Amino acid sequence: MSSGSTLGVGSALHSFLVFQMEKSNCSRARQILDSLVSFLRKFIFRILSMGPLPNHIAFIMDGNRRYAKKLNLIDGAGHKVGFLAVTSMLKFCYELGVRNVTIYAFSIDNFKRSPEEVQSLMELMQEKIEGLIKDESIVNCYGVRVYFVGNLKLLSEPVRLAAERAMLATAKNSKAVLSICVAYTSTNEIVNAVEESVEEKWNQITVLEASGAGYGLIKLGGIEHHESEPLIKLVDIEKHMYMAVAPDPDIIIRTSGEARLSNFLLWQSAFCYLYSPSVLWPEIGLRHFLWAILNFQRHHSYLNKKGEQLQHLLQDGF
Amino acid sequence: MLSLSVNSPIPNTLVPLKLNPSRPQTRLFSSVSLRKLQVKASSAEVAFKEEEKYSDEGVSPTRGLSEELPPGLSRKAMPKHVAVIMDGNARWARKRGLPSSEGHQAGVQSLRELIELCCKWGIKVLTVFAFSYDNWVRPKVEVDFLMSLEGIRISVIGDSSKLPTNLQKLIRDAEEATRENSNFQLIVAVSYSGKYDIIQACKGIAQKVKEGVVELDDIDETLVEQELETNCTDHPYPDLLIRTSGELRVSNFLLWQLAYTEFFFVQPLWPDFGKDEFVDALTAFQKRQRRYGGRDS
Repeated sequence: MSSGSTLGVGSALHSFLVFQMEKSNCSRARQILDSLVSFLRKFIFRILSMGPLPNHIAFIMDGNRRYAKKLNLIDGAGHKVGFLAVTSMLKFCYELGVRNVTIYAFSIDNFKRSPEEVQSLMELMQEKIEGLIKDESIVNCYGVRVYFVGNLKLLSEPVRLAAERAMLATAKNSKAVLSICVAYTSTNEIVNAVEESVEEKWNQITVLEASGAGYGLIKLGGIEHHESEPLIKLVDIEKHMYMAVAPDPDIIIRTSGEARLSNFLLWQSAFCYLYSPSVLWPEIGLRHFLWAILNFQRHHSYLNKKGEQLQHLLQDGF
Repeated sequence: MLSLSVNSPIPNTLVPLKLNPSRPQTRLFSSVSLRKLQVKASSAEVAFKEEEKYSDEGVSPTRGLSEELPPGLSRKAMPKHVAVIMDGNARWARKRGLPSSEGHQAGVQSLRELIELCCKWGIKVLTVFAFSYDNWVRPKVEVDFLMSLEGIRISVIGDSSKLPTNLQKLIRDAEEATRENSNFQLIVAVSYSGKYDIIQACKGIAQKVKEGVVELDDIDETLVEQELETNCTDHPYPDLLIRTSGELRVSNFLLWQLAYTEFFFVQPLWPDFGKDEFVDALTAFQKRQRRYGGRDS
C-alpha cells in the first residue's frame, strides 16, 4: 500500500467516524431530552398521585378522520396516527397508576360506514392486535391484561382470531387491564346481559323442576316464602355484562368536542365524570390528560357524597 | 319536609281544564274550582296570586304555538325531546342565605318558564329529573298549574311509592286525566334510577318469557325499549340533555335512553336557568352534527 492511499483511506475513515459521532450526538441529545421529559412527567404524576386517582379511564377516540382532512392526509392515515395517540395515552395512564383503561375502538354502528373504510379499519385493527402480543409491546411492558369487549361474532374471522389470541397471550398479566371495545354498543351489551340473566333464571327453575325439588314451583316467581324476592337483581345483570371485567369508569374522555356517549358504557357511566375537550384524537396530549385528572380530583368529594346517597337508594330497591 | 295543605280529598275524575280568558276571575284559582277542589294553603298565597296574574292576562301559556323563535334558531331542527337535570336549587338558596325551600321554589319557577317555552317552540316532550322529594314543596299548586296548560300530558316515572299517599293519588289522577292530550308531554322523574329502570324492564321481560308471550331469542333492543318506564311516550330518546350547576355527569338519570343524546352542561344554577340559557343550549344543539356512528359523506 502506498502512503497516499493509506492517507486517503484514513481520511475517509476519519470523516466517516466524525459523521457517525455527530449523528450519535444528535440522537444523544434527543435521548437526553426524552429522558428529561419523561422525568418531569413522572414527577408531575407523583404529585398528582397524592390526591385521589381514577381507577378506570375510558376513551372515545373521536376525530381521526377530521384530523386527516385537516392535514390533507390520505384516507385511513388519520386512524394510523390515532393509534399513536392510543399508545401515548396508555403510557400516561399506566405510569400514573390507573389500573383500568377502556377504549372505544369500533362500534356496531360503525359497520354502517362505507365498506372500504370498514375494511381498512379491520385491517388496521388486526395489525395492531398482532402487535400487542409482541414482547416489546406496551401491554407487556406494563403487565397489562387485554380484553376484547363486544359482540365478537360480528367481526371477520381473522380479526376475531387475532383478538382471541391476544386475550390468551396476555391472560397472565396482572398489573393492569385494557378493555378494547370492538363490535360494541352499550344497548347490545345490555340486551345480551338481559337475555343471559333471563336464560339463567329459566334454567335454574327448569333444573329445580326436573329434580323434583321444584314440585309446586311452576311459577317463575319462585317458592312461596320467597314470593317477595325479586326475580332478577342488579348483580345478575352486572355479571353478564361484557364489561364485567373492569369496575365502572371514573372518567370518560371524548375528544373532538362532541358531547355525547354514542352508545358507549351507558350502564357503567351512571356516576362517571364526562370530559369532552375540543382537541381531535390524534392531537391529544399530556396537558389534556392532566386537566382531566385535576378536574376528577376536584369533583371527587362531591361524587363520593352523591354516590353514597344513591348507592343506598339502589340497595334499598334491589 | 312536604307541606301539603289540601283540605278535602281530590275527587276521582278530574276533568281536563281549559282556561277561558273571558271568564271573570273573581276567585283565586277559580279555574280549579271547576273540579271542586278546596285548597287551604296560606303559604301558597303568593303562588295563587301568580296564577291569578296568568288568568288575568287572559292568555293561555300554550296558546302562542306559532310564536316567533329567537334569531338563529330553526323550528325544523328543534329537538323533539329535551331532558333536564335540575341541579342547584339548594346551592342557590345557600348563596343567598335563604332556606332551601326558597331555592326549590325558585327552581319551580324556572321549570314553569321552561315548560312554556317548550310548548311554544314545538318541543314535544320534556323530561325533568328532580333530585329529591324536596323539589315538591307545594305539589298541589304545581300540579294545578300543569293541569291548566292546554293539551299537556303529564307522566311520572320512577319510584313514587315513598311519597305521601295523597300525593301519589294526585299524581295518578293527573296522569289519568291528561292521558289523551297530545300537544306536549311532561315527564317528571321522581326517585328515578336509570339502572333500576333497566332492571325492571329485565324483570318484565323475564315474566313475559315465563308466560310464553316472548321467546328468549326474541329479546332485542326494541323489546327492552318497550319495557322501560319511558314507554309512556312515543319519543323515549332525548335529543338534548341539559344539566345545570356545572356538574359533568349523568347521575343515574336516563341511561339506556341517552345513547345518542347530545349533552349540554351549563354553569348557572337551576333557578338561574332561563330563556337566554335555553336559547344558548338550543343554538348549540342545532349546530351539532349527529352522525350516529356513521358518516356524513
